[in-house]
Amino acid sequence: MADTIESVQQQLARLLAEAEAAAANATDVNGIEDLRVRYLGKKGLLTEQLKQVGTLAPEDRPRVGKWVNETKDKLTERLSVRKAELEAKAQDTKLARERIDVTLPGRAAAIGGLHPITRTLDRLEQIFVGMGFAVADGPEVEDDYHNFEALNIPAHHPSRAMHDTFYFDAHRLLRTHTSPVQVRYMESHRPPLRIIAPGRVYRNDSDITHTPMFHQIEGLMVAEHVTFADLKGVLTEFLNRFFERELAVRFRPSYFPFTEPSAEVDISCVICGAKGCRVCKNTGWLEVLGSGMVHPAVFRHVNIDSERYTGFAFGLGVERLAMLRYAVTDLRLFYENDLRFLQQFK
Amino acid sequence: MKLSYQWLREWASPRLDARALAERLTLAGLEVGAIEPVAPPLENVVVGKVRSTSAHPTAERLMICEVEAGRGKTVQVACGAPNVAAGMKAPLALPGAVLPGERRIEAANIQGIDSSGMLCSAAELGLGDDASGLLVLDASARVGAPLAEVLRLDDVTLEIDVTPNRGDCLSVAGIAREVAALTGARLNVVTKRKIAAKARKRIAVKLIAKNECPHYAGRVVQGLDPRATTPMWMRERLRRSGLRSLGPMVDVTNYVMLELGQPMHAFDLDKLRGSILVRTARENESLVLLDGRTLTAPAGSLIIADDRGPIALAGIMGGQDTAVGDQTRAVFLESACFDPATIAQHARALGIQTESSQRFERGVDPELQVRALERATELLLAISGGTPGPIVEARGKREPRANITLRRARLERVLGSVLPVGKVERALKALGMQVRKTADGWQVVPPSYRFDVRIEADLIEEVARVIGYSSIPARLPSVPMTASDASESRLEPKRLRALLVDRDYQEVITYSFVDPGLQQCIDPTMPSLALANPISADMAVMRATLWPGLLQTLRYNRNRQQSRIRIFELGHRFRLGNDTLLEEPVIAGVASGAASEKQWGVAEREVDYYDIKGDIEALLALTGRSDEFRFVAAAHPALHPGQSAAIYFAKDHVGWLGSLHPALQARFESGPAILFEITLAALSQRSVPVFAEISRFPAIRRDLAIVVSEDTTAEKIIDLVRKVAGNLLVNLQLFDVYRGEGIDSGRKSLALGLTLQHSSRTLREAEVDALITQVISSLRDELGGKLRQ
Repeated sequence: MADTIESVQQQLARLLAEAEAAAANATDVNGIEDLRVRYLGKKGLLTEQLKQVGTLAPEDRPRVGKWVNETKDKLTERLSVRKAELEAKAQDTKLARERIDVTLPGRAAAIGGLHPITRTLDRLEQIFVGMGFAVADGPEVEDDYHNFEALNIPAHHPSRAMHDTFYFDAHRLLRTHTSPVQVRYMESHRPPLRIIAPGRVYRNDSDITHTPMFHQIEGLMVAEHVTFADLKGVLTEFLNRFFERELAVRFRPSYFPFTEPSAEVDISCVICGAKGCRVCKNTGWLEVLGSGMVHPAVFRHVNIDSERYTGFAFGLGVERLAMLRYAVTDLRLFYENDLRFLQQFK
Repeated sequence: MKLSYQWLREWASPRLDARALAERLTLAGLEVGAIEPVAPPLENVVVGKVRSTSAHPTAERLMICEVEAGRGKTVQVACGAPNVAAGMKAPLALPGAVLPGERRIEAANIQGIDSSGMLCSAAELGLGDDASGLLVLDASARVGAPLAEVLRLDDVTLEIDVTPNRGDCLSVAGIAREVAALTGARLNVVTKRKIAAKARKRIAVKLIAKNECPHYAGRVVQGLDPRATTPMWMRERLRRSGLRSLGPMVDVTNYVMLELGQPMHAFDLDKLRGSILVRTARENESLVLLDGRTLTAPAGSLIIADDRGPIALAGIMGGQDTAVGDQTRAVFLESACFDPATIAQHARALGIQTESSQRFERGVDPELQVRALERATELLLAISGGTPGPIVEARGKREPRANITLRRARLERVLGSVLPVGKVERALKALGMQVRKTADGWQVVPPSYRFDVRIEADLIEEVARVIGYSSIPARLPSVPMTASDASESRLEPKRLRALLVDRDYQEVITYSFVDPGLQQCIDPTMPSLALANPISADMAVMRATLWPGLLQTLRYNRNRQQSRIRIFELGHRFRLGNDTLLEEPVIAGVASGAASEKQWGVAEREVDYYDIKGDIEALLALTGRSDEFRFVAAAHPALHPGQSAAIYFAKDHVGWLGSLHPALQARFESGPAILFEITLAALSQRSVPVFAEISRFPAIRRDLAIVVSEDTTAEKIIDLVRKVAGNLLVNLQLFDVYRGEGIDSGRKSLALGLTLQHSSRTLREAEVDALITQVISSLRDELGGKLRQ
């Protein structure tokens, strides 16, 4: 016996309310799926209701059928919203579970470092290469000829005494400066030339301000019209680039057997701003390099016509520049190779 | 050269204070290194005259002195100096005086005796290091006068770094000439007197070594008072130049040397026999020097001899037998010019450096000898009395004075600056040069003391120096543009360094000379290039490998609480072979301690061979020619015999990689460590890439696990697989090595991943299977490998 359509209507409302409550209580997507099967599946409670429409009076059937379908649609909609809600919640939970401490240290982050002398050499090279100088090199075990004779320092010359040379035998020695590279380069190349020659040099001297091994960069420019004014220009430019500021630079006469005229180059003290300090011995000036116009005798040794060509040469101490640049107070630190020192130069 | 500023001003007195003058000299090439006061302020120190002395009642070594302190005042002072004597004048520090070392003088009671001051030695006043007795003042000193006034202590010394070419500036007169030239001040030549002979006594001089001695002059002075003392002013000037007073005769010769630059020597006339010979030494001629040393004059060195034999090393040091002393009443004064190279050669060979040799090495004015002799005579007569004999001279070979052409165009071309003619001439004339104008420049004759000026370039420097380097403009040269060398096939050391730094290596720079013992224990068979004059025994040979320095650095840092150390160095090594030296750059490193910094979530382990091999392989990969390098098991005396590889590039042995031998770990206190060294030459070339078409067809990957015996190397397996698989094999990975359960002992399982691809078509399953089967059977047939089930 058929229910009254009123009771059908009531039943549908009850089922919908019941399902909606269940959906609200569902905690995961599976719960929603269960509800879908229970109410909307082939044998679902609402589907059953639809089947019973046939038992109603024909005039009631369309009305009741419409009610049933409306209820199904409502519930379908409701379940899908609830499902989306639960999916979003599940995703949030998963993400929350996957949270990491982004501040923990990364893996294998350590890097090493260059020795401060290499770092300084790299900058020096960069500046001079930028000015068109090529990089040349030569042996550290030199012969007397290239280290002295060809540089106009004959045997028994007083300036030999200042070189504190390490010898192997009567002819072979450890180069006392990078200047022999000048000679070797001019032996194999013709002007115009523009080179620098960085490298290790050796002198038999060891105290607080001397290490028996240190580094120099030699520079040489030879062409038809190279002048002392050019020497001043190039070295001033270099010093300003190296220290990255405009420095007072002064050139003062000095003596090197392989240059004439010769000049020592001083810069205003970068430690005290030329006010006078321990480093500049209260003079406000720091001697940083030696230079001069290539001596005709040197050209003669390498068969370059000193009437046609002129040139300048310079030599600078890399440790000295590194100490000034990085405020290193003790020369010897460079060769103790204490990692606590070296690692400060990343 | 250290000299008194007061003294200098007697010769040239520009309107400049000491500091400004120092600046001017420095900018002209005579660098003034220091300006120091000649004495501390000595307030309340006066000239005292000891009136009487008496013994202290209780203190045996003390005397009680009554000392006149001026203005009729007499003070009682206790004094322990051995030379204190009634009648002498000595510095008296009165109560209130503060002596060096914050020593305050106050009235005191010394063992029961009142003492109101102190009689002082030179050392106590900061006037030198003589602490042997009281400073004896001249008898003429005014009692009570401040000591600073009497000794003219309101003076400074200038310490001038004279470059080796400027021997002419090793004297007051020489510096004064420069000052006059640079400032325009008048040069006041203090020493012009000629002293006529008053006796006929002379010593004959035979100059045999004419090449080594251009000029020799001498004179006898007799009748000297042996009790004479050097006056205070002279002692003070010597002191201010760093010389000690050694009696009038020596002091006078030293004084003239400082004043004029002429080293001199005084022989005791009574100890000379016969004539003076200037000659080179024969074999086995020896003499006792002034400093007491006996030595054999090197054959060929220049000596002064009398009829009996050598009496002095010419220009270096006199002999003891003919030295002047307390009893000397007559001297033969020598004033000579010796050849610089001869003196330099023999002074250096003998290891003797004196004020005299230092000047002769740099050169002495060949026209100065007689003037210096006259000056010395004048001073000696004033101090010790006596009668001079005639001046005796002998001449050797002298280089003619230079006559130099200076072209105006050349001057301007070298300096890069246009200079007015008048300015150039003034500069040269100020320096005492004779200057004659010519059509295109000048003809210049330098003065005799400027023997360093020989060529045009020297004159150019002189002009620039006097007008000042600052007046020459600084200009950047304009040169033809050139392209830099951009060889792509060269691999720069910079890139190698960067790679190792990025892989957590710290670069170090170690000395190129090492301890021969350490080098020996790294490779006993390797001959080392030894220094003839090493700075110390542990830096005596050139490194034949960078490992000794690196291992020492490792030890140094381990001893400073560093446990994880990864260092490398790029530098030359020096190898001897059959009399030839091979100097070549290498890159070498050592790693020790944990494989990585201690890290959360990562198990700690020690660094091992494969960690470092990976770093090396990364270096090799930079060349783009990794395939051409091989690691071959080989023995090295410093490495663990089972964990060392020789690295080959094609057929060349280019390096080593391995674990430090356990026996050496103890020697270097290093713990386990991995070492490598590769020649830079092997890493200096890289290939320039050539593009190969990328296959559009799918790649097929097959993994195999092969069980082989332990002594079958991975390299053999890889080589065989590559050979058999041929061109289709585009990638091969060895991704696992397994030993243990399921694998017989003495065998291991290697897992290989083969990626196969054809460049122009899709591979068929069947042909891949066939190829893999072929690989497996080759492994079985050639290496006894079995497929792991």
